[in-house]
Amino acid sequence: MAAGFRPRRIAIGPGCDHERVAYFDAASTEPLHPAAREALIIALDAGGADPARLYGAARRARLLLEGARAEAAEAIGARPDEVSFTSSGTQAVHLGVLGTLLGRRRAGRRLVTSAVEHSSVLQAAAAHEREGGTAEVVGVGLTGRVDAGEFGAAVAREGTALACLQTANHEVGTLQPVAEAAKACQAAGVPLLVDAAQTLGRLPLPSGWSVLAASAHKWGGPAGVGLLAVRKGTRWRSPLPEDERERRRVPGFENVPAAVAAVAALRARLTEAEEENARLSALVDRIREAVPRLVPDVEVVGDATERAPHIVTFSCLYVAGEAILTELDRVGFAVSSGSSCTASTLRPSHVLEAMGVLTHGNVRVSLPRGASGADVDRFLAVLPEIVRRIRESVGVKSQ
Amino acid sequence: MMAGRQKPAADEAPQPQAALTIDALGRKCPIPIIMLAEQINYVPLNATVAVLADDPAAFTDVPAWCRLKSHHHVGTYELPRGGWAIHVRRNY
Repeated sequence: MAAGFRPRRIAIGPGCDHERVAYFDAASTEPLHPAAREALIIALDAGGADPARLYGAARRARLLLEGARAEAAEAIGARPDEVSFTSSGTQAVHLGVLGTLLGRRRAGRRLVTSAVEHSSVLQAAAAHEREGGTAEVVGVGLTGRVDAGEFGAAVAREGTALACLQTANHEVGTLQPVAEAAKACQAAGVPLLVDAAQTLGRLPLPSGWSVLAASAHKWGGPAGVGLLAVRKGTRWRSPLPEDERERRRVPGFENVPAAVAAVAALRARLTEAEEENARLSALVDRIREAVPRLVPDVEVVGDATERAPHIVTFSCLYVAGEAILTELDRVGFAVSSGSSCTASTLRPSHVLEAMGVLTHGNVRVSLPRGASGADVDRFLAVLPEIVRRIRESVGVKSQ
Repeated sequence: MMAGRQKPAADEAPQPQAALTIDALGRKCPIPIIMLAEQINYVPLNATVAVLADDPAAFTDVPAWCRLKSHHHVGTYELPRGGWAIHVRRNY
């Protein structure tokens, strides 16, 4: 198959061979937005000085940083002094989770999360447990959605210091009932940390968060910038050694040029969001409809309608995820998988496990801004034969 | 162990009799599932196949296969030396 194959699309992915690869792994990292690239180059010159100092270049760096902060705050509906730039989305989550637990230590030591949170949340929960705290994990249904009532009941139990819920799942795209969870949290007097990594810059933020974490490279900003917002009135204390940067919330010298570029990308994405969401969501619908029709014994997982616009995940029976990824890579598609054979831990994705769906033969397609319908069609054209051949190689006949 | 990695517990009850036992210990997914799909046709209707597997993926994937293929996942029983006996009843 695909001998002499030359895809036409010139694209797209970070570190990809730009001549031949259709990059469908936006949920891992979104390619740098042109607005971010432009802002980064300017800010590298203009924003390199130490924003904490008092000379002219330092003042310029500080102005750039505070301007970026004000814009980020506006984008998430917060006050500038509630917003900090971190060195990653993971650091934003770690500081958000552990700092709020520390600040609310007198209220209790119970943490509530869903079973399908990003590993940064679950690892922060594990760190909290090692320090003597407890973590309750609320399960999800077959679509990966947490039950708002069950989540609310867990939050209401005695001694809950913090609850965490993602806006959308990073592996299957399913949206979580954040607004309802926020109401339950408010009624119980418990702060809610919302992990918006997969949706900020794409979808409006649900209301009612107390702590917000996000990651710039997921919306087309540069790597190395996360966003942490802590609402006024939410008790928070740094779990790390004291440092004066970022209003004592985040240690270390600020990366001003990257923060400026991150916010430039966010602004651009928000302007484009409605149109691009509709386009990508239609492509995802096309994949959701076509894959089970073209490939026998496939399960498309995640919620069909209550989902992020750009993510679709499916599992092919009798096929190793690694084999599909390798074959798709050979014909010019960059996708990812939650199958155990593709994980460094050799364990299947905790998300697929918690949902109770097939973990082998898993493929996640996540479309970046500008993903083309022609590339999606080409993907749908090559997939059935790839799956058929892999099955044949292990002695399984497709119908 | 990472929070959220907790799985539904395997059944405590002793493992019931099965008409056929498939030894997939040491085999990685999807091999245990391929063996099950092939060999379930060797037992009569309503008989039970026990899949012995120790790949963590099999714990989730055998019940998921049953759901997709409309067979019945009877139960999952821990084996004394690690892994599980996952029982499946042939429905058609």
